[in-house]
Amino acid sequence: MTLVIDKLVVPLAHFDLEVTATMSARVTAIFGPSGAGKTSLLDAIAGLRALKSGRIAFDDVVLSDLPARARRIGYVPQETALFPHLSVARNIRYGGRHNEQHVVEVLEIGHLLDRGVTALSGGEQKRVALARALLAAPRLLLLDEPLAGLDHPLRDRVMALLQRVRDDVNVPMLYVTHDEEELAMIADEVVRLEHGHMAA
Amino acid sequence: MTDAAIIWFTVRMAALATTLLIPPALALAWLLARGTWRGKSVIETIVALPLVMPPVATGLILLKLVPHSVVFTWRAVVIAMMVMSSPFIVRAARLAFENVNPHYEQIARTLGAHEPRVFFTITLPLALRGIAGGVVLGFARALGEFGATILVAGNIPGRTTTLAVAIYDRVQLGHDSAAWHLVAAGVIVAFAAIWLSEKSTRRRT
Repeated sequence: MTLVIDKLVVPLAHFDLEVTATMSARVTAIFGPSGAGKTSLLDAIAGLRALKSGRIAFDDVVLSDLPARARRIGYVPQETALFPHLSVARNIRYGGRHNEQHVVEVLEIGHLLDRGVTALSGGEQKRVALARALLAAPRLLLLDEPLAGLDHPLRDRVMALLQRVRDDVNVPMLYVTHDEEELAMIADEVVRLEHGHMAA
Repeated sequence: MTDAAIIWFTVRMAALATTLLIPPALALAWLLARGTWRGKSVIETIVALPLVMPPVATGLILLKLVPHSVVFTWRAVVIAMMVMSSPFIVRAARLAFENVNPHYEQIARTLGAHEPRVFFTITLPLALRGIAGGVVLGFARALGEFGATILVAGNIPGRTTTLAVAIYDRVQLGHDSAAWHLVAAGVIVAFAAIWLSEKSTRRRT
């Protein structure tokens, strides 16, 4: 399973994001300071941001030729974007019910299924958003700062769950972070971004 | 024609006009909220025209536009009500659509949803409260419609006489007490419609 980003150019507000990379690890971290273009890179891979030029391919599938709905990219944005009018169960089943029982068990959200999403804690929202992405049977999972906004004990718990997902659910991940400690805990390889360019 | 018959006729016409208006109004509101296309500002201005033009002027324009077979029939009543209500529904729905965070729609697409599914399962439910408010205002506007209606549909008892037209007619004839009966009934109907709508949207959110 290999993600190839070839001469990608994405126009941003103050500069162009320019990336060429090949990623084939279970978890690849996109690491860099705030404003480096990390989220924009995820948006481009998910099909939510227009490219100026370049090509994104996953194995034999040229993702950049497909609309967002046909890419099968699971995306967990930083603010989770859970659908506020739907219950937890309807949120996680929105894109499908692939491997539902296993995912619900791994993420420990079985007791939340009938609840509304607006009353969930930060950590619960992250787990539900992760489950929603996984149940759609993605070929690749994008995680944008999944531990942001969580206090310390909760960060450890969510990180442990992410490590379980990495080990038990066979989906490669791109993991955006600006935290060195998180890198060490979950990433197999690292792509460093600064001001829209790959750093050495 | 009894008061009850006038009120029942007006409520039916206003309900029909509002119902017929909802699908095209929502489609237009969505295009105005989400799209960037040539002529958008012209359409926006045309949509707002019935708000600022004298209703009789709108009625005069309608008189030239609708087929002769429709003028002075209940269909003309419905058309006049639709035109006069349209700015309220379109503008409220547009605002409601604009207030839906596009990120929800984007995430729905990454989950495999095609555009109609995104609209009916994400955009529309999240905009529903604002749309409902516009629909109630539009319905209330239709209930009270007078200027355009009297020009394009006239005042034919039992066929085109609406609440507002009947009140005007009775005042003209010096039947003030009978006119006040209709005013009271109109207030009750409008109050009930708005109260029920507020109640249902509050329960839904």
